[in-house]
Amino acid sequence: MSDNHEPLLVVDGLSKRYGAQLGCRNVGFSLWPGEVVGVVGESGSGKTTLLNCISARLTPDDGVVRYRTRLGTLSDIYQMSEPERRMLMRTDWAFVHQNPRDGLRMKVSAGANVGERLMAVGARHYGNIRGAADDWLSKVEIDTGRIDDLPATFSGGMQQRLQIARNLVTGPRLVFMDEPTGGLDVSVQARLLDLMRGLVGELGLAAVIVTHDLAVARLLSHRLMVMWRGEVVEQGLTDQVLDDPQHPYTQLLVSSVLQP
Amino acid sequence: MAETSGYNFAYLDEQTKRMIRRALLKAIAVPGYQVPFASREMPMPYGWGTGGIQVTASIVGRDDVLKVIDQGADDTTNAVSIRKFFKRTAGIETTTQTHEATIIQTRHRIPEEDLRADQIMVFQVPIPEPLRFLEPRETETRKMHALEEYGLMHVKLYEDISQHGHIATTYAYPVAVKQRYVMDPSPIPKFDNPKINRSPALMLFGAGREKRIYAVPPFTDVHSLDFEDFPFEIQTWREACALCGATGSFLDEIVTDDAGGRMFVCSDTDFCEKRREAGHAGPALAAEGAV
Repeated sequence: MSDNHEPLLVVDGLSKRYGAQLGCRNVGFSLWPGEVVGVVGESGSGKTTLLNCISARLTPDDGVVRYRTRLGTLSDIYQMSEPERRMLMRTDWAFVHQNPRDGLRMKVSAGANVGERLMAVGARHYGNIRGAADDWLSKVEIDTGRIDDLPATFSGGMQQRLQIARNLVTGPRLVFMDEPTGGLDVSVQARLLDLMRGLVGELGLAAVIVTHDLAVARLLSHRLMVMWRGEVVEQGLTDQVLDDPQHPYTQLLVSSVLQP
Repeated sequence: MAETSGYNFAYLDEQTKRMIRRALLKAIAVPGYQVPFASREMPMPYGWGTGGIQVTASIVGRDDVLKVIDQGADDTTNAVSIRKFFKRTAGIETTTQTHEATIIQTRHRIPEEDLRADQIMVFQVPIPEPLRFLEPRETETRKMHALEEYGLMHVKLYEDISQHGHIATTYAYPVAVKQRYVMDPSPIPKFDNPKINRSPALMLFGAGREKRIYAVPPFTDVHSLDFEDFPFEIQTWREACALCGATGSFLDEIVTDDAGGRMFVCSDTDFCEKRREAGHAGPALAAEGAV
């Protein structure tokens, strides 16, 4: 890890419009290895647009997104060839959807869900694939006896954990999360957050987490970006932004939350 | 039966045949790749071999001898009517014997007898896309073929092993053609998959409803997908054919009464008859002879 001082992801001047509607405007930030950045803001503020743009899922109108590949070079993800980009998306990157049904293959068992990425990169030994699936299910606290069950028989929290296992099995370096705790009740949320914090720390993952839940942002992220009407209005260390908000919108956001 | 007048030779007009031949040439040039073609309405319903019949009509010549197989048999409705169709529209000779045929149109089987370089197999294909049931989006499956992203196919096999303890896919078993395209060999039993590998005969696949043609040229490597620790295996039977006593052929199970009686016979009727003519007898015939 000699290049820890070099950013992993560099976003510059990123803009996306949907016709007359603004997605996000002139967003720029850098992400270093092992760092977790939270993106907060109200619904419609452009958080998800930003996440999709930087994770190669939605082509931006303007600006560049550069990623440091394992070879050490910083390359523009929208200039890469499609096979390269797709390879990156299923090996080096992970994407955790808000709704686990978007991220899981519901018609195949939990084990096959975890094994899919391994098979996609060429694993052809059933025993090894199953071993890895077993290992990852226990890492995300799913009873390994349920390896052959369909995800549809899992609870919401388990599905979300399964989605995380499925994404992390190829040892990605960068994780994108879109409202990972949305739709879960508080105790399940707490458990999931605890698990994610453990995994991120243990594996040294860099992550971009989009959330509207400030508690999630405070727990997981090192740095925070506040979005409002498509623009980043404030960014800084999480505690600093949440405890001493400068921008009027951030002040409103922070004061709207009930203090637990 | 007299040749029907008013139709072009082999029913299709020459421009259509030309279009299909172009698709066939492309398919042969890129083994396993699904070539789109402008499939025509045929005088039979989709699912009855409209793809196969168009391919046959485009390649058949006046000297060709046609054999049609339906589930291994030469005497079932589909086989009989397609043979009759070409007899009427092309006036060509038809046969039920594998070794006499120059074109063999088939549904579900490849003959047991070894094929020769001067023979062409034409398969009727219902669903040409092997990834269809795993990824319903055609745009996505095309991209997966283009980028050789076939991990998903193994997810299916993984699922088989985890649910059944072995690869339970028994027909339409996916194959990789010449280490490149993954192909659905049409719903033939996996028993027939090894027969495609390095076969001297040209194999053409036509899917009428889905408007796709693909091909395996002669002597092309065709590998059935598997796992290192769960290698590809073909079906085996404990019984021999009840009629001809063959042990190495694909057997059909036939229920003979409502008291659990059953017998196993060769699915390839031509193969079975030839063996019987040569004096082989299975347990059922031997018992009959004793009575």
